[in-house]
Amino acid sequence: MTTTAEHTAPGRAASAPPPDQGELQAAFDDAVAADTRIEPRDWMPDAYRATLVRQMAQHAHSEIIGMQPEANWITRAPSLRRKAILMAKVQDEAGHGLYLYSATETLGVSRDDLLDKLHAGRQRYSSIFNYPTLTWADVGAIGWLVDGAAITNQVPLCRCSYGPYARAMVRICKEESFHQRQGYELLLALSRGTPEQHAMAQDAVNRWWWPSLMMFGPADGESAHSAQSMAWKIKRHSNDELRQRFVDICVPQAEVLGLTLPDPDLRWNESRGSYDHGAIDWSEFQEVLRGNGPCNEQRLDRRRTAHENGTWVREAAAAYAAKHAADQDNAHEEARA
Amino acid sequence: MSGQSPQDAWPLWEVFVRGRRGLSHTHAGSLHAPDAQMALRNARDLYTRRAEGVSIWVVPSTAITASSPDEKDPFFEPAADKPYRHPTFYEIPEGVKHL
Repeated sequence: MTTTAEHTAPGRAASAPPPDQGELQAAFDDAVAADTRIEPRDWMPDAYRATLVRQMAQHAHSEIIGMQPEANWITRAPSLRRKAILMAKVQDEAGHGLYLYSATETLGVSRDDLLDKLHAGRQRYSSIFNYPTLTWADVGAIGWLVDGAAITNQVPLCRCSYGPYARAMVRICKEESFHQRQGYELLLALSRGTPEQHAMAQDAVNRWWWPSLMMFGPADGESAHSAQSMAWKIKRHSNDELRQRFVDICVPQAEVLGLTLPDPDLRWNESRGSYDHGAIDWSEFQEVLRGNGPCNEQRLDRRRTAHENGTWVREAAAAYAAKHAADQDNAHEEARA
Repeated sequence: MSGQSPQDAWPLWEVFVRGRRGLSHTHAGSLHAPDAQMALRNARDLYTRRAEGVSIWVVPSTAITASSPDEKDPFFEPAADKPYRHPTFYEIPEGVKHL
């Protein structure tokens, strides 16, 4: 028998006899163990599906909400060059959101439903986007640190066990590299500029450093989903491992920038071959997660308003499509008559 | 597309992009759009922001017929036991050229 493509998941051939649960589970486990990808119409455990929906939806929402803090500066970019770059970057974030929504839809959920859940506060987005962009230098700090942390997290996701997620991540990682470099270049220009510009760059790095480290999620011992996600090969490295990788990359980059990282305990540990860093204030992380960050309310309000304001566009496009489909039907009928 | 309310769900389209002349169109991803023209425009904005393509096809996802993963083995089985379809099946004496 045949069925339609990818997006008509969840897939089980309707006419086939119900296969044995243990057999299905074994086939799934074998595929994960052998590092072959799970594809939309393969059988998968319900919990695997639910974990992917939660993580991928949160990821998609983060891309869309993440447009706001940077878009805040488009009209005030200091040059046409910087403005064009920033617009391209914010447009990329929208694109990343769309790749991820359609990848999530292969799991049998609808984009409209995911958006409803975001708007109702029932699905999360990364709490980093609940911090404000106070100065132009924040655009640079976001590119360098926030996108840098995101890339560190996302590169291993290109090998995630779920095929559509892994493919979306390959595309996203390619594009993120420009995001990080433009941010670094922006900060470098400020750092080498006037004393005021240098101070502005330093202030932005001071404010974004710790929230960027929190993007990797709770410490390994505290992370609710980590162990299972690692077993399923959705996740390939632990939170702390990725966080360490990021710190080790950033320290020399900060030196070239001529900026410092706001951590008095940051120092090279010869025996580990890594930088030790100070303790992270997880109470701040928890507060922002609970909705008490500086911009939680503003970000969701803006998103809801944008969605509502777009209603007439969606309706008009649908009406246009319906009218033209009807016109075509009539033309066919006339041709036949 | 289960779970979508009919009034606001735009149909899903599969997008195929030809990277450059001489290559075939390959599947790039999917998107929602109210009609084929909008699907093409959205596909351009979504999948060719960095000159990744010179030609785009959009196909309603519902128009695609796919083989079922449940019968993967029997469906493709006829090809599995015919190694003689591959050139490496044949033993040719050392030194024979252009074969």
